[in-house]
Amino acid sequence: MRLYVTVGAVSRAQRGRGQFETRTSYEKTVPPTNVNNPSYFHKVVDCQWACPAHTNVPEYIRLIAQGCFTEAYMLNRKSNVFPGILGRTCDRPCEPACRRGRVEEKPVAICRLKRVAADHRDDDIKPLLPRVPEKKNGKRIACIGAGPASLTVANDLMPLGYEVTIFEKLAVPGGLMRSNIPSFRLPQRVLDDEIGMILDMGVDIRYNSPISSMKALLDEGGFDAVFVGSGAPKGKDLEIPGRHDSDKIYIGIDWLTSVAFGHITEIEERVLIIGVGNTAMDCCRTSARLGGKDIKVMARRPRAYFKASPWELEDAEEENVQIVINHAPKSFVIEDGKLKGMMFDRLEWNGDATKSTLIDTVFIPADAVILAIGQEGAFPWIERDIGIEFDKWGMAKVDKKTFMCTRPGVFFGGDAAWGPENIIWAVEHGHQAAISIDAYCQGASLTERPPEGMNLLSTKMGIHEWAYSNDYNVARRQKMVHVDLAERFKQMNIEVETGFTPEQTAREVERCLNCDVQTVFSTKKCIECDACIDICPVLCLTITKDGEESDLRTRLSAPAKNLKQAIYTSEALPQTGRVMVKDEDLCVHCGLCAERCPTAAWDMQKFDLLKPYAGTPACEVKP
Amino acid sequence: MSYIRKPAVRHPSLQPNKLGLTVRDYEGAMSTLCAGCGHDSITAAIIRTFYEMDIPPHRVAKLSGIGCSSKTPTYFISGAHGFNSAHGRMAAIASGANAANRDLCYIGVSGDGDSLSIGLGHLCHAIRRNLHMLYIIENNGVYGLTKGQFSASTDIGSKSKKGEVNTMPPIDPVLVAISQGASFVARGFSGDKEQLVPLLKTGLHHKGFALVDVISPCVTFNDHEGSTKSYVHTRKHALPLLESDFVPMAEEITISYPEGEARTVRLHDGSTVRFRKVAKDYDPTDRKAVLAYLEEQQLSGEIPTGLLFIDEEAVEMHEEAKTVDGPLTDVPFSDLCPGSAALEKLMSAYR
Repeated sequence: MRLYVTVGAVSRAQRGRGQFETRTSYEKTVPPTNVNNPSYFHKVVDCQWACPAHTNVPEYIRLIAQGCFTEAYMLNRKSNVFPGILGRTCDRPCEPACRRGRVEEKPVAICRLKRVAADHRDDDIKPLLPRVPEKKNGKRIACIGAGPASLTVANDLMPLGYEVTIFEKLAVPGGLMRSNIPSFRLPQRVLDDEIGMILDMGVDIRYNSPISSMKALLDEGGFDAVFVGSGAPKGKDLEIPGRHDSDKIYIGIDWLTSVAFGHITEIEERVLIIGVGNTAMDCCRTSARLGGKDIKVMARRPRAYFKASPWELEDAEEENVQIVINHAPKSFVIEDGKLKGMMFDRLEWNGDATKSTLIDTVFIPADAVILAIGQEGAFPWIERDIGIEFDKWGMAKVDKKTFMCTRPGVFFGGDAAWGPENIIWAVEHGHQAAISIDAYCQGASLTERPPEGMNLLSTKMGIHEWAYSNDYNVARRQKMVHVDLAERFKQMNIEVETGFTPEQTAREVERCLNCDVQTVFSTKKCIECDACIDICPVLCLTITKDGEESDLRTRLSAPAKNLKQAIYTSEALPQTGRVMVKDEDLCVHCGLCAERCPTAAWDMQKFDLLKPYAGTPACEVKP
Repeated sequence: MSYIRKPAVRHPSLQPNKLGLTVRDYEGAMSTLCAGCGHDSITAAIIRTFYEMDIPPHRVAKLSGIGCSSKTPTYFISGAHGFNSAHGRMAAIASGANAANRDLCYIGVSGDGDSLSIGLGHLCHAIRRNLHMLYIIENNGVYGLTKGQFSASTDIGSKSKKGEVNTMPPIDPVLVAISQGASFVARGFSGDKEQLVPLLKTGLHHKGFALVDVISPCVTFNDHEGSTKSYVHTRKHALPLLESDFVPMAEEITISYPEGEARTVRLHDGSTVRFRKVAKDYDPTDRKAVLAYLEEQQLSGEIPTGLLFIDEEAVEMHEEAKTVDGPLTDVPFSDLCPGSAALEKLMSAYR
């Protein structure tokens, strides 16, 4: 065969020296990623970013791995205040965010590990808690309600010399953490311990003291600022025929409170729970312990649209609770003043469950019904003419940034601010409100928030040694062991989850990918040898021609399709003017890119978010 | 080198090839070479080549001699056959293996020491026989394994790490191969896989001896200022003559292209290589012109890269020797050893 290739018309002069022309002043058209902003690396730590209180998850997991349970506990406490409580009850926004869940099937059991730290810490941690000065600063703060938000405010302000008074309508502190979370999920001793740490700082707590008039408190209390952390204590009702014709129809959160304080000790055999949020899960599981035999949770929509956390659904089903989907309550059936059951419309939903069509109407027998369809704030005790404006839903107008309402000096947080959330959000509201209250009392600006800072520290210990466990561990998520069904139903307060064993803990901690150990790139050092690109197990890295992000994302070693995850673009590389691009999405932080880099252009650096708290500007926060 | 293995976790977008294998299935052991070694990049290019060409790992034989380069077959295709031979003897071992089993896909990895010093004689004879194999020279112009002495491919004027200047003329494997009658000669650069992978693919499809000289900087002993085999120097002086892309599908080439645009050239098995001309007046099929051009470039200090020479009409070793069609293991024993009567008959023919 005769091979023939014609001569190209492109001269060498026109083309230059191919794609490798060395340029001294390469002008980059698109600005490189700004990694000096703490938010960039913070976002890479998905769990910490997703946590409302920005708990430093990877660091506490490493401390647990080293057996430093007390240190892990204290690190947790700094941001989320209630590690023992949250280690059992948190809504875990961190876990769906966890990078591990994208790399394999399931995220790291972050919440369970938090409990490990709380369970195994030293009993006496008093010397480690923030010191409260004996000499007060003369400012008095009132907190309404002794729930997580108010307690966090007290926790943050007491060490600064404030005098904090908490008004609680019940005889015990804790708010919904105590009255609504059943004791088989959250033992009383854990509550007492962690709330006690705060109250023991010298908080003036007034039990059995519901505030009946905000005006009176503001006028006569002599407080410099007031924080409203009274929660969302009103359970939503279901106004359908028959609702008020039987005394066996309960409002979920009220019923749980009655159970928590021993006013209700039993329930009928056939129980229907209306609603499918986490309160519904607590109601059905509590029913199972109070005599309920045939318990059904009735949901209007398909399972994918449930509000309850998946793990709470699983736990309920393990206890033989039936979850019935696509049933909308129509009426209560009452004969001779006795509840017989309920009528439901059976629905068929369209693909995204926005429209339904009626199939038929069915009767489901029941001896008791618990309504768990949501809750809302209730402020009958706040006069409407004292400068606190309310919206049409009856909620105070609260500034999202400063947590102050329209009356200066009055702050809101937790469920009282914008409706029901969860404990970890209440804690973060408390932190932010404390910053505002401190600024307010000191005459500083509320809108200029103290900035976040960061520390980056190289973890390099040797040529191929790192100050963290960098090898990828293939262990699968450890399954929490539960007390046997028969055993757990004997008593209301038997904690169902037994906590991780030492072996489970040892395996689970190694699943953490150490996302806070960041891949940090120094453009000037790079010789473009491709070593990092070749070794990366998950195709994170690419050296390519510069371009806009949307374009770059399509021409990487693996297309960067997860738009929620950033791509890290360097400045123009010294030899060819191309750019180094890292897709953060699936990086397992194994450090091999840095190990293979001959010039240490890549380094693994531990990121520490310096989060501001009341009284401590960011730059002074100790890591 | 690293203590930990490359994590087994995979990117979900990894596509399996026709055999159902992903690119990760073509990896080998963890490299123990220096961080940033060009050889590791070539290894990655080899892995990509075999994965993209859907070659079953157990049909591959990887051979090497001694040296940093010769360690690299360990780092790709764990499932392949392998032979780590004596210093400079890789070409000889490959000839023997290929003679016995012509059905395997042979890839030899060697370096400038292994191929241009101790093994130069074997290399020339493998070229002369037109042994059907892909022969990669990982050329870093230095004896890295023995701490940085000048090698046979060090250019005149190139400085050692300590500053001595080399005065002896280099052996250019590309010129040696073309003058020895090689049928496929290419040069790549470890820092440019976009060029290297198509070259390796084309080389594997070429029926006969395919030599790919790959400039592969030694980060430890030869990546300094004054070296002519450093990343910076290679990038500055690399002169791509042709941009080629390998096209595995056999297609009838009927379209004629205007000057300067893409052209396709057909290989013996029906697959094609598509060229786009970069350098002026370069015809990779004209041996005389190619030799003259490359010698001229050698003097100028430029490093021509790409598919430099191809001759698809050359006859490979088995055709030349008229051997049996398949591997010797497939030949029935009665044919391999016809017995003493047959021997007697043969012997009598010579009496």
